[in-house]
Amino acid sequence: MPSLDDLRKRITSVKSTQKITKAMKMVAAAKLRKAQENAEKGRPYSEKMNNVILNLSKSITDKENAPKLLVGTGEEKVHLCIVLTADRGLCGGFNTNIIKKAKSYFEKIISENKTLKIITVGSKGYDQLKRQYKSYIVENISFKESKNINYFDADKVGKIVIEKFEKNEFDVCAIFYNKFKNVITQIPQEQQIVPLNEDKEDKDDSGNDNDYEFEPDEDEILSNLLPKNISTQIFKAMLENSASEQGSRMTAMDNATRNAGELVDRLTIEYNRSRQAAITKELIEIISGAESL
Amino acid sequence: MSNLFNIEIVNPEQTFLSKENVFEVVIPAVEGEIGILKDHIPIISFLKPGIIRVFSESEEQNFYVEDGIVEFKDNTLSVLTSSIFDLKNADKNFVSESISSAEAELSEDNIDDQKRFLLNHKVEVLKSLSIN
Repeated sequence: MPSLDDLRKRITSVKSTQKITKAMKMVAAAKLRKAQENAEKGRPYSEKMNNVILNLSKSITDKENAPKLLVGTGEEKVHLCIVLTADRGLCGGFNTNIIKKAKSYFEKIISENKTLKIITVGSKGYDQLKRQYKSYIVENISFKESKNINYFDADKVGKIVIEKFEKNEFDVCAIFYNKFKNVITQIPQEQQIVPLNEDKEDKDDSGNDNDYEFEPDEDEILSNLLPKNISTQIFKAMLENSASEQGSRMTAMDNATRNAGELVDRLTIEYNRSRQAAITKELIEIISGAESL
Repeated sequence: MSNLFNIEIVNPEQTFLSKENVFEVVIPAVEGEIGILKDHIPIISFLKPGIIRVFSESEEQNFYVEDGIVEFKDNTLSVLTSSIFDLKNADKNFVSESISSAEAELSEDNIDDQKRFLLNHKVEVLKSLSIN
């Protein structure tokens, strides 16, 4: 049984931890609002971009000569995976969830005897993946210095991807990130960006009635647009990720604060009990001492 | 009948400008400037460095853009660009920096003609800005 002094020390230490987690929760809550706002503001851009590309790809008749970024290289041998994670920990299952999702994808690729290449964005992802997949990681990018998510950072990643594609270093490219649903729920996402997934095409064919005029021709616009789209998708993922990170941290810290409170309660009861026990013991000793006289 | 249409300028971070009462917009498309009025046929094009002029009833606004995509459809003009600023708030340092970086790129040997043309054009436009 711990002594009274031990218990007292334990209670103080739990209390100060609680103070820290509480502060972190507040900070996360403030940052969350901003991150969420940014994510919402950034949505129109990527949506519009998608729309334009959709309209363009509809009007392309010559599928054979279409830009490779859109239709792919025709092979599926080398997969490039971009894993977007946070630079900081203490945010619950945020990083682990992305890694888990990515790992199951990696295993599938390896078991199919395809080549795997990994780019990690954010230091936590690198830390978690380097143990198992060190040999596959081709690039490790971190934006610790930049305070806010900005487009230039995303563009940097996008340029690396395009450069690798032009050198024929991969056939398929997928990004992994957490989609922000609400503060409590973040959904790990796997999104293929090269070649562009065409699952949205069946949405409706009503768009065909407004034939666009293109200046210059479709191919040239597409080949100009697709690299930009990659950066845009990565940027979108980064925005979603940062909102998710703060949300996840907020929930995690809220839980931690609550757990610390419970622990303090339990320890206080234990402390009071043992103090009472000690007093009772002393009383009994005094009384029995007096009786024997 | 009114001859007004909508314009939306979006950059990756936010919706930069959204107006519903413009009657003419001039955009610097790659193959020359295009003036867009109401009921223009649907068009998709992309931009070269230049100035977007937005004419609404009450005012005229000018924006410098470096690149981007424009789409006009159902009387809504959408401009997607990652580099845009209002000429009114033009930052002199930024402009001169852009000029010097573009000139530095121009002096490299391994650029193709198209890029050289775009860079030359960019320098030209930026220089004309700083005179104003």
